[in-house]
Amino acid sequence: MVIIFPSKPSLLAGGVVAGPLEDRSTFKQYFDTVYDDERWQMDTNEQGHRKMVEEACEFVMKKGGITTAEVDYLLGGDLVNQMTPTNFAARELAIPFIGLFSACATSVSAVIVASLLTELGAANYSIAGASSQHNAIERQFRYPINYGAQKPQTAQWTVTAAGYALVGKHREDAPSIEAATIGKVIDYGMDDPFHMGAAMAPAAFQTIKSHLDERKQEIYHYDLILTGDLGQLGLKLLKGMLVESGIKNEELTLLRDAGAEFYGQDESFQSGASGAGCSAAVFFSYVMQELRAGTYKRVLLVATGALLSPLSFQQKETIPCTAHAIEITMK
Amino acid sequence: MVMTFIFAFIVGGIFCVIGQLLMDVGKLTPAHTLSTLVVVGAILDGMGLYEPLIHFAGAGATVPITSFGNSLTHGAMAEAEKHGLVGVLTGMFEVTSSGISAAIVFGFIGALIFKPKGNID
Amino acid sequence: MEKEQYQQLEQNITPPTPYLKNAVKAFVVGGLICTIGQAVSLFYIVFFNFTEATAGNPTVATMVFFAMILTGFGLYKRIGQFAGAGSAVPVTGFGNAVISAAIEHRSEGLVLGVGGNLFKLAGSVVLFGVVSAFFVALIKYILVTIGVVSW
Repeated sequence: MVIIFPSKPSLLAGGVVAGPLEDRSTFKQYFDTVYDDERWQMDTNEQGHRKMVEEACEFVMKKGGITTAEVDYLLGGDLVNQMTPTNFAARELAIPFIGLFSACATSVSAVIVASLLTELGAANYSIAGASSQHNAIERQFRYPINYGAQKPQTAQWTVTAAGYALVGKHREDAPSIEAATIGKVIDYGMDDPFHMGAAMAPAAFQTIKSHLDERKQEIYHYDLILTGDLGQLGLKLLKGMLVESGIKNEELTLLRDAGAEFYGQDESFQSGASGAGCSAAVFFSYVMQELRAGTYKRVLLVATGALLSPLSFQQKETIPCTAHAIEITMK
Repeated sequence: MVMTFIFAFIVGGIFCVIGQLLMDVGKLTPAHTLSTLVVVGAILDGMGLYEPLIHFAGAGATVPITSFGNSLTHGAMAEAEKHGLVGVLTGMFEVTSSGISAAIVFGFIGALIFKPKGNID
Repeated sequence: MEKEQYQQLEQNITPPTPYLKNAVKAFVVGGLICTIGQAVSLFYIVFFNFTEATAGNPTVATMVFFAMILTGFGLYKRIGQFAGAGSAVPVTGFGNAVISAAIEHRSEGLVLGVGGNLFKLAGSVVLFGVVSAFFVALIKYILVTIGVVSW
């Protein structure tokens, strides 16, 4: 399952745009901009969602010092039906585009595909990432925004953010992708859509485990293993599974989760943040900047996705999940 | 009169606690919970118990969603008494529906003047 | 780790549902909403010639109006997060279900959006209310006809 990239494609720049509520994020200082209107001055949430994707990609190009014409591929996705916000953003950007869906694991699967294209020599520059817009996603997966249903403590809050990265040929001064693991779809029989962390933790476990095993690595070879969107409870469950598999407790401090930390300890967000834009925003701002700064030398990013739909839930299906990982190093 | 207020509080509160238990213990969605309570209201009225409850607790019995099942049943039974079997169908919305008509009208108006916002506080 | 083992771990780590706390919150908020309803009823009885028996209808309509205001300003969902069934079970919760769906789907137009989705959450309440009323009245009719009970 592990892919090795001999040419080590680099993450040359990151662009992260977030919504008004994300002003409270602990990662806020790393974002390129926090917009004060959740609809980006557009008429509908979905149009705002599209605008957000466009802006994130524009930041990527600006920071990477390139123009749209120089970008060979745009790879990304979101959680709206048929991914119209990303598809429509691709229309505006006019870059050759493939839409990818791995729910909240999309950011990493996009980077994996971009790295493969780079490795193949098919692309000099690709933009890869994912996004989510709270209102658009809630209405699709749960209830109307203004409906007064009680969310349990296990629930997670969908983030409004878009995170994209510029993937290109190896450069010494940029974080580089050494290896990646494409995860299997794992289903441990969890069926509560308000407890996604519990559904996704086994997928994260499987991917981390097989990545480490095949790479013949231990957890301490990394400075940080960051999962995307397990939330506080999901992270605890993942740690529980790792302990069960024989990993020592002290190694687990290297293990963190973007969703669990995104809004700090604020209880109004229950178990933490989620959404394709959550992990994408943290990976392509905080993690990339800290890698560049030299804080971390080797990082494993593990994005997890719950592959359910409102329909599958109503038809009483369990929630299958996946997790994809990329191993990033910095000289 | 003061007593009616107290009874309204208590009876209304109890209906809500039953609903909460259906959600928490029974693991029902809000839609399942409300549907169940509506059926309960209809059955209570069939047994002749809901009217005395309204007399006793006022809004404590008319405001919870159970009263919707009650008034539908009440209308159906009143018409059935007068017109026989066909009244069961024709009488259904005779008494009730202020809740439905208000929700439809205010829903329409609400849609015209408000926009969904994802705020948390 | 096997599925059964994982489910055990999940049970251990997930905090238990605070049954008592939720029930108390539902009781207090639900009780308060009904008390406000009682005040509205009294208002109709005193000023508009309604009787105790007939005041229910205008009360319900007024409560739904309050629900529209609170829903529109995004307050009802916050009450709902706190109170759970306390704000879902009163008719204001029915109103909230209808009105929130209407506001949400305004972007798809008045006919297909608002019209098509108005009852997407509350429709089941109408369905089961009407069907159960039908069967209850039918059974009662049969029982009266065969002389077991009287109207």
